[in-house]
Amino acid sequence: MASEVSDELGALHRQMVLIRRFEEAAAKAYSQGKIGGFLHLYIGQEASAVGALAALRETDYVVGTYRDHGIGLAKGMTPRACMAELFGKVTGCSKGLGGSMHYFDADKRMLGGYGIVGGHVPLAAGVAFKAKYKNTGEVTVCFLGDGAVSIGDFHEALSLAALWKLPLVTIVENNEYSMGTPLSRTMSVPDSSQKALAYGMARDRFHAHDVLEVKARVGEAVKRARESSLPTLIEIQTYRYRGHSMSDPGKYRSAEEIEARKKDDCVLRAEAALRAQGRDDAYFAALEAEIEAIVEDAVRFADESAEPGEELIEAYTYA
Amino acid sequence: MRKLRYREALREAIAEEMERDPNVFLMGEEVGYYQGAYKVTEGLLERFGAERVVDAPIAESGFAGLGIGAAMVGLRPIIEFMTWNFSAVAFDQILNNAAKVRQMSGGQFTCPIVFRGPNGVARQTGAQHSQSFDAIYAYIPGVKVVAPATPADAKGLLKSAIRDENPVIFLEDERLYGVTGEVPDGEHLVPIGVSNLVRQGATATVVTWGKMLPAVLAAAETLGREGVECAVIDLRSLRPLDLAPVYASVAETGRALVVQEGWPYGGVGAEVVDRLQRECFAQLRAPVLRVTGRDASMPYNKHLEDLSIPSAETVVRGVRAVLAY
Repeated sequence: MASEVSDELGALHRQMVLIRRFEEAAAKAYSQGKIGGFLHLYIGQEASAVGALAALRETDYVVGTYRDHGIGLAKGMTPRACMAELFGKVTGCSKGLGGSMHYFDADKRMLGGYGIVGGHVPLAAGVAFKAKYKNTGEVTVCFLGDGAVSIGDFHEALSLAALWKLPLVTIVENNEYSMGTPLSRTMSVPDSSQKALAYGMARDRFHAHDVLEVKARVGEAVKRARESSLPTLIEIQTYRYRGHSMSDPGKYRSAEEIEARKKDDCVLRAEAALRAQGRDDAYFAALEAEIEAIVEDAVRFADESAEPGEELIEAYTYA
Repeated sequence: MRKLRYREALREAIAEEMERDPNVFLMGEEVGYYQGAYKVTEGLLERFGAERVVDAPIAESGFAGLGIGAAMVGLRPIIEFMTWNFSAVAFDQILNNAAKVRQMSGGQFTCPIVFRGPNGVARQTGAQHSQSFDAIYAYIPGVKVVAPATPADAKGLLKSAIRDENPVIFLEDERLYGVTGEVPDGEHLVPIGVSNLVRQGATATVVTWGKMLPAVLAAAETLGREGVECAVIDLRSLRPLDLAPVYASVAETGRALVVQEGWPYGGVGAEVVDRLQRECFAQLRAPVLRVTGRDASMPYNKHLEDLSIPSAETVVRGVRAVLAY
């Protein structure tokens, strides 16, 4: 019998594998010309979104950046709607009007991926403001990259969230690179969670190696938000294996660096823990087969879905 | 009918809508304890409390964005900019989030929010505090833009804006805040996107909005004494634009002038001229001319400031130029 712990870890591991295989399929489709524009993959960072969102209730909100596939899938969006959006199809979550950077799902309370760096953080503060205004007990989690820590909106949002004691958990996913520029060349301190100090805000900082630890640590901030209506700034240290986007030649870092980081891979780590608890090869083979089928189905669905019609160009400009 | 000042009419609109809908809240710099930089929000803190009349720090992008997020999940924020000049630092929030979230989400999210405050030249406040944002915001699909010229329209349009499901750019005017006018008793709503023929006339058609309306009406009085009768149309809404009464008037006059406070390059006036030449080409007996603000940053000097925006005198000259063709 699998323990309760490994059941939970098994579920989170499954989500991480789903995200990784989804992203690999997206990269393949991009190379085949089926996806246009920008494509920012989440591969390597899976434990961050999966662990963080596992600490939430379904009624809690999440707001993300343009690197939003992992966040959307972890919040419960369907692989079909997500893949179809990348393909620009009318069956996509945003009817093909949004694209890779703009995943939205009102039912799942996924309030979007946003393409202007840092511009979404005040929005997240506003969602948290609503929860406080209506006294709903809902928590809002906002993801951003380390590159967003230097822009004004991040600071204005933190300043307001601390001033008004909003139930907001702001997570800086520090993947060490702001596009192609390392953190050491974009920030005067190595720890972005220090930015919380000036706002009198609680903070935390940890690696995303262990998805259960991510859940537990984010869970503390979620508890602080839900029970005390207080915001937290968290830096989750992570790493992306692929380029900033698909057009990134990756000349700013070495292959050795990437290989070294893969030794700490969050998916492999979860797998090792599950094996230690008794999961065997057959379990992982079955899981891979199941995920492969889901992703293949999503790609087929996206491929076969219809393009949005011309009538949609202006249809959603005004309510 | 009662007479109210423009600022009182705005205040009444806010108070009535806050009374009607608990999801409506007001946020901005000095809106509460200070009682409003221009006293529009006087007394609202005492009436509705600090949860709903929220004094914000000087962080326009932050609180504009916060309002947008709150609007996406069911609240109906009224965000006050102390002046529209300060909206420039929140422009990204309005352009990239408020205006686009409905499109980007495939219609899943709407953004029912009002951004309001005084627009355009005040009195000798210099280059950075004297700008007209009409054209900049009217350019953006996804927002509505209104610019009331009278207390009655200020009240009726603000109530409609608060109830609208879309982001509304609400352009008030410091020079109009003290102007009095009749405001209907009881529930008074003015629909967004409906212009108003405020003066009949068969000689020429003058199109304007906002604080230029008094100057245009003064010019029309002057010309009327010479037997030149101008129809005057107050657009009230700049997006969507209702030019049906303009077309009807031009069918009669064959001559039109557009008067705007803002800079001449592009702009709402240019949009009106473009539509007129397409819709009324056969009826026009002269080119459509514009009287606009000067193509320069606003000087501080009072005399130069007066010369930098249209006046009754320059409007009279503009009408004469249209008639001279």
